Order: sequence, then C-alpha cells, then structure tokens
Amino acid sequence: MQKMSNKVFIPVVYGVALAFGLLSMLAPNDYFYSAAYTVLLFVILSSAWNILGGYTGYVNFGTAAFFAMGAYTTVAIFKFAPGTPLIVMIIAGMLVAGLTGLGMGALTLRLRGVFFSIATLALSVVMFTFVVNWDYVGGARGAYVIAPRVAPLGFGRYIYFLYAVMIFLSATAMIVARIIETSTIGRGLEAIRDDELAAECCGVPTLRLKLLSTTISGALMGMAGTTYPYFVSYVEPASTFNLSYAVNSIAMPLIGGMTTWVGPLIGAVLLGTVQQVVQVTISSAWNLLIVGVLLVLFVTLAPEGIMGLWYDFRKKQRAKKGAAQ
Amino acid sequence: MSEMRSELLVVKGVVKRFGGFTALDGVDLDLKVGERLGLIGPNGSGKSTLVNCICGTLFNDQGSVAFEGEEISRLAAHKRIRRGLARSFQLPKPFATMTVVENLCVPILYAANARPGVVRASPAQAVEQAMEILNKIGLGAKAREMSGGLTQVDMRKLELARAMASRPKLLISDEAMAGLSNSEVDEILELLFAMKEQGIAVIMIEHIMRAVMRFSERVAVLVAGKKIADGDPEEVMRNPEVERAYLGE
Repeated sequence: MQKMSNKVFIPVVYGVALAFGLLSMLAPNDYFYSAAYTVLLFVILSSAWNILGGYTGYVNFGTAAFFAMGAYTTVAIFKFAPGTPLIVMIIAGMLVAGLTGLGMGALTLRLRGVFFSIATLALSVVMFTFVVNWDYVGGARGAYVIAPRVAPLGFGRYIYFLYAVMIFLSATAMIVARIIETSTIGRGLEAIRDDELAAECCGVPTLRLKLLSTTISGALMGMAGTTYPYFVSYVEPASTFNLSYAVNSIAMPLIGGMTTWVGPLIGAVLLGTVQQVVQVTISSAWNLLIVGVLLVLFVTLAPEGIMGLWYDFRKKQRAKKGAAQ
Repeated sequence: MSEMRSELLVVKGVVKRFGGFTALDGVDLDLKVGERLGLIGPNGSGKSTLVNCICGTLFNDQGSVAFEGEEISRLAAHKRIRRGLARSFQLPKPFATMTVVENLCVPILYAANARPGVVRASPAQAVEQAMEILNKIGLGAKAREMSGGLTQVDMRKLELARAMASRPKLLISDEAMAGLSNSEVDEILELLFAMKEQGIAVIMIEHIMRAVMRFSERVAVLVAGKKIADGDPEEVMRNPEVERAYLGE
C-alpha cells in the first residue's frame, strides 16, 4: 500500500477540518462548542506529546507547564495590550513554549528514561511557582481575560471563533506530526527510541534531533494553551497547571497508539468525548478515574493501543487471504 | 605490497580511565587501507573500550585518534561514522520496532547520505540499497520482518549489514561470533571476508581463535590496557608474553 504523500495529506486534513467545522453549525446548542473545544484541546496536546513521547521515546510529565506557558503568554500580552489579535498571541505562545522546550531539552536530555521524566515534572513545579509569584499575570489570584464582544472575521459569538481556531490548530498539529513521522527526521527519532547508542553509531545526530523534538512538541503544547484564557475568561495557576493535562496527554496517545499521528487523534477524541459526556451525565469527579481505569486496561491488554489492535487485525486478515489463495 | 597501502587509522598513546581504574594505558594501533586486523586479549583487557574510543561512544582522556590523517578523537560518534568508521555491537542492538530493511535505512539516510561528495539516496533508493546489502548477506527473505524477532545469528548478520549500509572504510566487528555454532561462525566469517573485496578495512575483535587466525593479516594483543604484541598472526601466537597472558605462568 502506497502512503499518501504530504502534498496530498495537507489539503485533505484542512479540507476535512473545514467540513467538520461547517457540519458543526448544525449543533443543537452552544454547549457542543465548549465540549468540542476541550476535545480539540486534547487532540493538540496529545499529538504534541506524542512527538516526544511516542516517536522519540522520552516521556514528558510536564505537559501542563507547556500548556500554561502558552496560556500565560496570552494573559501577559492581554494585560499589556488587550486589543492584540489572537494570532499574535498564538505565535508568541508557541515561541515561548518552544524555547522553553529547547531549554528544557538542553538541560535534561542527557538524562535517560525515568530521570528525564522526573525532570519534566520538576519543570512543571518550577513554572507553577514562578507564575504563582508573578503579579503581572495575576499571581495566585488569577486574572480575567475578557474576549471582545464581537468576534473577528464575522463569526458573531466569540466561542464560534475560538472553536474554528481550535479546529484549524488541531489540523495543523496533526499535519506537523505526520510530516515528522514520514520524514527522515521521523526515522531518526524512531531509531533514538529503539536504541539511542545504536542510533548515534548509525550517524543519527541524537542530541540535535532530541532538541528538535522537545522544541516542536513544546511549541505545539504552548499553541494549545494560547486560546485557553479566552475560553475560560478567568485564568488561575492551579487549574492551568492541572495534573489532568499531563495525565490525559499521556493516556490519549497510549490508548490510541503511539507510533503514528492517528493514535493521539483517536485517543483524544475517544477519551475526551467520554470525559465530556460523563461530566454532564454523572460527575466531573469521575474524569480522572475513567482515564486511570482505561489506562490500566490498555497498558495490560493492548500496550500498542487501538492502532496496534487494528494493525494486528489487518495482519491476520492478510494472512487469512494469503492462506486462502 | 602492504607497504604501498596508506594509513587509514592511527591510534597514538590512547589513555582511558574509569575513576581510579585505567582501562587503556597508552595504546598505539594503526591500520592501513583495506587491512584485516585481529584484536585479541583476555576479558577485561580493554578491547571494547578501545573500540568505543575509536568510534566515539567514549572519549579518550589522553592520546589521539586519527582517521585518514585527520584527528577525530573529539568528534561525536555520529560524525565519525559519517566519515566511514562503522562498528557492530557485541550485544546486538537492533532498532526493534523497525523491520530489517528499515534498520538499514537509518545508516544509509544518516551516515552514507551525510558524507561529502556522495550522491544522496532518496528514501526509496535507500530501501533499494538496503535490499541489495540484505540479499548479499542472506537476509533478503527476512527484510520485511520485525528485527526484534530475529534469531541470534540473524541479529549478528543484521549488525554487520547495518554497519555496511553506512558504506564504511573501516568496520570494527566487536565479537560478532560469540555464542554462535561452528557453521554460523563460518557464515559470519564469509561476510567479513567479503568486506575485503570491497576494500573495507576490518578490525575483528574475537575470542574464537580459529576465526581470528583464518581471518587476520595481522594480530594485535591487548592485556590489561596495554598492547603487548602486534604483528604476523603466527609469530604473535608464539610470543611467550602472549602465551603467558592467555595460559598463565
């Protein structure tokens, strides 16, 4: 089977995203948009996490830090100049989080395995403390970020606009992930994941690729955070640095499958939707419990995730066909 | 005739310490283009440490390593293989989630492609080149299998194939035959002989003396981090110091 080239893939993804956006105009109520916003947020976060965690094999517990970096970049810019267009905040947030990723990589990538993960957790704590004590963005009290009354580009209500932006950003995150995955860089990252020493001895510039991976992964996580202040209107550190971001962005690729860009998408849509439904029907307190239970189930029963199950199924089908002939 | 060949690798006075332990104590070693050298020594004599210092997975504390006349002892490992200095690992290190052919694509894309003056292979061409090597080495039928599931002897072959895929000028084979049966040793030996035809110099580290004696044009002996003999294989084996190191007093 020939893989679709990225020249075709990019317009296809944006096309599907556009169609999806238009279709959701049929949504019966506004709640749909805020639920969908959250799911899309997780599509971006888990796609971003997977670039470092799935492709490169470095488990990052600090998703919340990068996400918050994006969110607080928006808050800081908003405080400075409330009228700044969202696109500026998105780019600035990506830069800040990307550079943080680069810095974190430079400091911690000499650590392997679990020590790297602990360092990312520490980064999260450090950033949290920093933001709590940074008065300009509200410190521990939090800050209000009020969306303009009229959304740009004729979207009417601001949530519609945010939702459209999120669809676009999700599509972008998936495209970035797939370009990396199908390129020589992806092959190099894969080699690092399988055996870093052997990769280096095969000519893979391991340090440089790992830095690239942390930078891109961080930038995309930050990108996800930039629109968040407008979504919640009130940003405070405890919820922005919430553990659930880290847990979810690990659980979703794991459940979906970590070796391709599709896995995080499936995991995020599935888990994100279940969480949204449970939140409304039962209680939001169940959210992390569900994630936990699913995580345990998948790790023990299907460690390759849903995509892994699918590949196994396909392989068996092919074997059956081969035997029949 | 061997005098006409030029120096490929010159190791001078290499010292490597681990804490208070001196693993390599001023080792000299040189190799000509296309030469076949057997490097032997008891366990713990520093053979693998020397390989690591030559390939860049460890940095030597003192001394110099020159490849094609250029000092390389401060270069990262990935830069050394790009210049043509490849190795295989004592314990096979396949990229286990990749197929056999994909394993070979890594050094083709990252090492051979990065060499100046080489026509870069596209990913599709890399697969072609990889298949060529696999067919030559007898792994062609297993090209699409996951490398993590190979048998021991196939994994050793994969190690060598992956090293060859980088188009090396020097290949260091670190105990590629340990634990293999007699016929399997011969298979690997054939592969190493085939390198010669391509003008690739080989340093073979091995405990299986039958293989060493058959393969090597020259043998060097390392004992406790020092080179105690270096020369014609038959003469080196008759050297009383070598006998002492191997058989005791």
